[in-house]
Parts: sequence; C-alpha cells; structure tokens
Amino acid sequence: MNTSSVILGTAVRLMLPVLLVYSIFLLQRGHNEPGGGFVGGLVAAAAFALVALADDSSRARRMLRIQPMTLVGVGLLVAAGSGVVGLVWGDAFMQGIWPKWAYLPVIGKVGTPFTFDVGVFMVVLGFALEVLFTLMEDDA
Amino acid sequence: MLWILVGLLLTAALAPLVTRFAGRWSGRVLALAPASACAWFAAHLPEIADGGRVIERIAWVPAMGVSADLALDGLSLVFALLVSGIGALTMVYARGYIGANPKLGRLNATLLVFMTAMLGLVLSDDLVTAFVFWELTSVSSYLLVGYDHENEKARKAALQALLITGAGGLSLLCGIILIGMAGGSYSVAELVASGDVLRDSPLYLPALVLVLGGCFTKSAQLPFHFWLPGAMAAPTPVSAYLHSATMVKAGVYLLARLSPVLGGTDAWQGTLVTFGAATMVYAATIAFFQTDLKRILAYTSVSALGTLVMLLGIGTPDAAAAAVAYLVVHALYKCALFHVAGIVDHECGTRDVRRLGGLARSLPITATAACLAVLSMAGLPPFLGSSAKALVGHAEHALHSGPVAWAGTATVLMTFAVGLLLVWRTFFGRASEEPLPKHPHEAPIDMWFSPVLLGTLGLVLGFTYDAFAHGLMEPAALAIAPGGEAELHAHKSLSAYLVKGVLAAVAIALYAQRRRVTRALRLATVLAWFGPERWYDRALVALEATARGVTRRLQSGSLRNYLAIVLATAMVLAGWPLLKDGIPLPPRAELDIRAHEALIVLAMVLATVFVTRTTSRLSAIAALGIVGAGMAVTFLVFGAPDLAKTQLAIETLSVLLFLFILYRLPPLRQLSTKSQQWRDLALSAVVGTFFGLLVWGLASVDGASRLSPFFAENSLAKGKGHNVVNVILVDFRGIDTMGEITVLAVAALGVLALIRVSVRERSAA
Repeated sequence: MNTSSVILGTAVRLMLPVLLVYSIFLLQRGHNEPGGGFVGGLVAAAAFALVALADDSSRARRMLRIQPMTLVGVGLLVAAGSGVVGLVWGDAFMQGIWPKWAYLPVIGKVGTPFTFDVGVFMVVLGFALEVLFTLMEDDA
Repeated sequence: MLWILVGLLLTAALAPLVTRFAGRWSGRVLALAPASACAWFAAHLPEIADGGRVIERIAWVPAMGVSADLALDGLSLVFALLVSGIGALTMVYARGYIGANPKLGRLNATLLVFMTAMLGLVLSDDLVTAFVFWELTSVSSYLLVGYDHENEKARKAALQALLITGAGGLSLLCGIILIGMAGGSYSVAELVASGDVLRDSPLYLPALVLVLGGCFTKSAQLPFHFWLPGAMAAPTPVSAYLHSATMVKAGVYLLARLSPVLGGTDAWQGTLVTFGAATMVYAATIAFFQTDLKRILAYTSVSALGTLVMLLGIGTPDAAAAAVAYLVVHALYKCALFHVAGIVDHECGTRDVRRLGGLARSLPITATAACLAVLSMAGLPPFLGSSAKALVGHAEHALHSGPVAWAGTATVLMTFAVGLLLVWRTFFGRASEEPLPKHPHEAPIDMWFSPVLLGTLGLVLGFTYDAFAHGLMEPAALAIAPGGEAELHAHKSLSAYLVKGVLAAVAIALYAQRRRVTRALRLATVLAWFGPERWYDRALVALEATARGVTRRLQSGSLRNYLAIVLATAMVLAGWPLLKDGIPLPPRAELDIRAHEALIVLAMVLATVFVTRTTSRLSAIAALGIVGAGMAVTFLVFGAPDLAKTQLAIETLSVLLFLFILYRLPPLRQLSTKSQQWRDLALSAVVGTFFGLLVWGLASVDGASRLSPFFAENSLAKGKGHNVVNVILVDFRGIDTMGEITVLAVAALGVLALIRVSVRERSAA
C-alpha cells in the first residue's frame, strides 16, 4: 500500500513527538486527572499507526525499535510484577503499595498502581501495533 | 501426611532423571519413596488399633466449607498400606519388566503421581478434596493405560477407561454436591456425626444414585465392567497395580467410607447387593472362558470387586470385617498373580493359556509364587484367604437371601476352576506341541521378588491371623460400620469343609471338561460380546456424529451467521431474566433534550441507516466511525471525559485496522437475500430494544448507585488517586484489568498466528 502523501508525511513528522509526549502525559496524570495507561497506549499506537500510514510499516517498526510482541510480553510482566509487590510487601496480590521514598520529579509519587498502569500502556501499545503491522505486511 | 504426598510428587518429578542415571538400580531407588511412606503408615498401626485417629488440618477454601484435612483411621490405613506397599514393589517390578527403555522414566513418574493421587484419596477427610484426587487417579491411569501410545489398541483402551471413569466422576461430583447441600458439610467425620440428617433428606436418593454412578464405573460393576478387561492393554506392572490392587478399589473405598453416611437403608442394601452379586458371579463365570492370562485375571478382579460391593451392601459389622479381610487377601494374591502373568509373558512371549504348559521346570521360583497366590485365592487353610473366604460366606448366609447364597457358591466354584486354569496346566501340565515364541528362563530377581513376597505374606498373615484381625481388620471394620462388634473369627464347621470339598471336585471336573463346556456355553460369550461394550461404541459414534453436525451448523464460516448466533443467544439468555420481573419502564423524568444532543443522536442514526444501505465496505466503515465518534461526544456531554477519550482513541484505531483488513478482503460478492435482510432486521430490532430496556431498567433501579459512592469515597483515601475511573481500573478492580490485558496479549498472538499461517499456506501453494 504505497500511497504516501506529502502532506500527511510532513504532518506526521511534526505530530509524532507531540502525540507521544501526549500519550505519556495521559499515562502519568491518569491517577488523578482524566487519562490512564489504556488511553495513553491507544494514543501512542495511533501515533505509530500514522507513521506506518504515511510511510510504511517498516519505518514505523524501526522507530519503535522494539518488537510489538516483546512490548506485550514485557508489559504483562510489569503489570503482574506490580501485583506481586503487593503480595510480598502487603497483604494480597494487587494491593497498592506507595513507598514514601518513591518520588520522581515531574511524575510525582510512584506506586505499584502506577507501574501497573505502565504495564497496561505497554500491552495496549504492543497489541494494537502487532495487529496493525501484521495486517499491513500481509502482502501475498 | 502432607509431606508424604509432597514427597511422592517430588520423587515423581525427579523420576525421569533418576531412571536415566540409576540404570539397573532405578526401580529399587525409586521404590524407597513409597516404601518409606509404607513404613510411616505401619508405624501408626498400634495407635490406630487402639482406636486412635491421626488428623492433619489444612485450610483450603474455608469460604466454601472446603478443607484439605487429612485423616488416618482404620479404613484409610488398610488402603494406605496397600497403596504404598504394593506401590514400592511395583516400582521394582516395572524396571525388571520394562527393562532399559527410554519410556521407563515417564512410566515411573506417572506411577508415582498415581500413587500420590491414590494416597490423597484415601487420606482426605473432605469429600471435595477426595474428589480432586479421585479425578487425578483417572487422569494418571489414562496415561498409564496408554503407555504404549504408538499402539492404537492401547490408546483406544485408555480413552475408554477415561471416558467411563470420567463420566462416573461427573456423576460423583454431583452426588458430593448434593451430599454437601443435604448434610451441610463436606467433611466425612462431620457427616457421620450428624447421623440421620442425610438419610431423611429428600436429596438422599438422588445423591445415592449419583455417588453409586461414580463408584460403580470406577470399580467396574455391571454394566460398566467392560473397560477393565479392555485396560489390560496396559503394561503388566500397571495392570497389577491399578487394576487389581488400587485404583479399581477406589470405588469400593468410597462406598466403604460413605457407608456410615449413606448406608443402612433399603435402597443402599438392595442396589449394592444386587449389582455386587450379579457382577461377582457373572465375571467369575466369564473369566473361566478366557484364554489370555491377563484377561482371566481381569475378570476375576471384576468378580472380586463385585464381592466387595456386595459385602458393603450387606452392611453389617460382620460383612464389613469380611470386606476388609477379602480386600487385603485379594490385593495380595491378585497382584502376585498379575506379576506372575507378566513374568510368563516376558519369558515365553505369550500369555495364551492354550499354548503354555509345564513351565514349573524352567520357572521354579515363579511357579512357587504362583502356587502360593492361587492357594490363597482358592481359600485353602492355613492361608489368609481361607479365613477371608469363610467370613464372606458367613456374611452371605446371614442375609438369608437364596439368590445371594447361590451366587456366592457359584462364585467359589468358578474361582476354584479359574485357579486351576491359571496354574495347573501353565506350570505342571503337558507343554503344547507348538514351540513357544521364546525359550523360557527364570526371571531376574526384580521380577520374582514381588510375587514371592506377596504370596508368602498371604501365608504368614494366615498364621498370624489374630494379630491381623485385631490390628487391621477391626479398626477398619469399625470405620465402615461404626458401633457394632464385628465377628472376626469364622466358624469352620465340618459341613463347610464338606461343601468346599464337593465344590473343589466339581471345579476339577469342570476344568477337565473345559473345552466341552466352552463349546456348550459359546452362547454366553456371544451375549457378552454384544453387551454394554457395543452400547458404549454406539454411543461414542453417535456423540461424534452429533458434534460434527452441531459444528457444521454453528461454524459455517460466515461472519454474519456467527454474529447472528451470538446475538440471538445473548438475547435469549440475558433477555429472559430482564423481562422476568416485568418490562422496565422509562424513568419518570421530564424530557429535557437539548438541541445539540438531538443533533448528535440524529447524526448517529443517519450514519447507521447509511451503513445498512451501502454496498461499499469502505463507506460502511467510515459511517461506523461516525457512530463511534458520536458515542464519544455523548460521553463528553454527559461528563465522562475518560470514557470519551478512550472511545475516541479506540474508534480511530479500529477504523484504521478495519481499513487494513478490508484491503485484504475481496469486494462483496454476495449481498444478503431479502429473507436474510428481514432476519437481520428483526434481530437488530430485538437487540436495540433489549439495550434500550436495559438502560431504562438500570436508570430506574435505586440500588445500582450503591457502588458509586463507595468508589468515590475510597478512591483518594485508599487508592491515593483523584481519578475514580483510573483508581478502579488499576487498583480496586486491578485483577480484572490484568485479565483483560492478558486477553489482549492472547488475541495479538492469535492474529499473528492466523495471518502468518495463511500467508505461509498461500505462498506454499
């Protein structure tokens, strides 16, 4: 599907960083303001999907650097790992743990619900891109 | 006791490695695990004989009243000793029988898993836990019977055993649940203590029938007996262990265990005695006409199981004591005989009794073991079998039932004859003219050790009968029929000896004329051939045909049909409960529709109509995108920015994905016919109405808002977040989210596999 348009290509190049930063922003503020890992992951996926549309999927893959399926696997591990933290240092699996020392500039307080959300972000991003790329590259 | 089970499982995990590295010693090394378990159980003999009970409390699902409590009483102890003791001998024997075979490691591991399951079953006090172990014995026995998995017959026999015992397992599960509902507990100890509550319950009869369904299939009672001779496709160590000494006795164990809970009624006694006695005499008769050593033994095992079921049905303390004695005797001699059959097969290359003869000269040790076992089986003094047989006879006569007494006598007669068939010609008769496939030599010690030991044990226990009776039989009989004093010593009157002598003479005559009798009774075997096994085959064929038909109808390959089926099913399943309490009415609020709201709805409606009219997939997708965007705007208008954002992002991505999928699809070749359109229209109308009613119903129910205040109040305090939706997703309902992202991951793998595979197939074509 090589129907690259100059306008789309230029627009995407300008929009990509903005969209990616926006997706991270959604993820980070999710706990207190509208947003979250799910919608953040979707926005990030849309950003890479635009690149794939404007150019081709191999360029989008290169920009992602990681295999989408690896992203899904790591995301699942991060999410499950966040749950296990509650099991080990708390009373139950998935119990929210907010250590006092865990404070990052810009992001703010970090706890297992946040890392869990990061896992969700990665799984959603990986899933959408895996499906998209696979469908695009099915050139038989 | 828990560490015994865990230890055996660990041994099972290590078994393949041990088998590889210990070589010739592997059987003996692995036997140490069950042997030490056996020693532990034996060490508790005095405690149990004094009426003690060892209990280990383990919580499992306290919320549902299910525990994993382990209890050791007289009945459990008898079974535990048999399972672990014979288990240890089996490990040694299996190495000798199988030899250095790469599959031996797997066999050893599966045998140990089976052993764990069997011990777990007899040690559990809780019926649910017992059921779990029960199923584990079925599964591991499937693997053991199908050990020779390259052989189609073995696979078929394994599947048959699994299907029949598995179906029985389902029946048992239902029965256990009914017992729990009626008796208020799953703990056997509590159920026994609660007395007649269960027997007076209206659920008693259904529970009894279902439990019997499980026990009769497992213990191969008529008409489910046929899987057991079929399972002889298993290697001999497995047949000896599972199909004589342990697994088939699981049903008997459960009946014995539940006897104080379910027994003592006319229904219990009538069913068990009828089925048990019928199985006992039928199988003993059929056994006489078999020619394969293992099948002969299998049918006598079925007959013994029938005897045990019948004794449990009689239910008196005397009968319970007889059952325990007979159980032990049978396990000892039958396991020994199976091992002997294995040796004969191993050394001669055949198990056909018509071709075997005069083996005592080349297999002297095996012949001795076989004689010891058969004499115990025939019930000759001073063997243990003699006392057991006498007790069984007394229990039968105490029932004062003519048919049972006759069935008992006929069984004794046929057992004599079968014993002759097994041993006389095989070891002492004339060798057949035809040379054997192999020239027989005495088997290695790994193989003859166990039958010699078991045969001798039958003799030794006969001499030390008093200790055996008080140490093992009495506490076990007390667990089966509590509150009664069991008669442990059978009177052996002169008339009884005379009857026995006459029966033995008839049996010898029968054996001498076996060929003629076989010809005369051909009819009986033909009838057996057209019996329940044929029904099983027919049921299996019918089941497969039905499954194929249903699949063809439901899995037509047309996405439109799938959607229609899913929606119609959902409507029936969800619509009925919705309408059960009356059709929900619109909430009585004033109609306060703003102009912009009306516009959004109008746009969505128009887009929907357009979707149904267009013949281009592309424009349909775009129009569906409008509907989705309209939804997002609606969320926004009604104050759900989170939902709106997510909806919008999803719409964007799904339109993109759809585009790529459509790009692959050919143009619509076949549009819906008029009748299909009407069907779809009707279905959509129903779905639309349903969801409309659902929303109305939810809006008019007050209770629906109970959750919202909880989340709103606790979001900041407990979840440390202002965004309630997000706190629900990642904290309160985090496990749900975990499940959802796992589904996403699996879906991604599915898409990958489907598309990659279809690409590969096309490029290969």
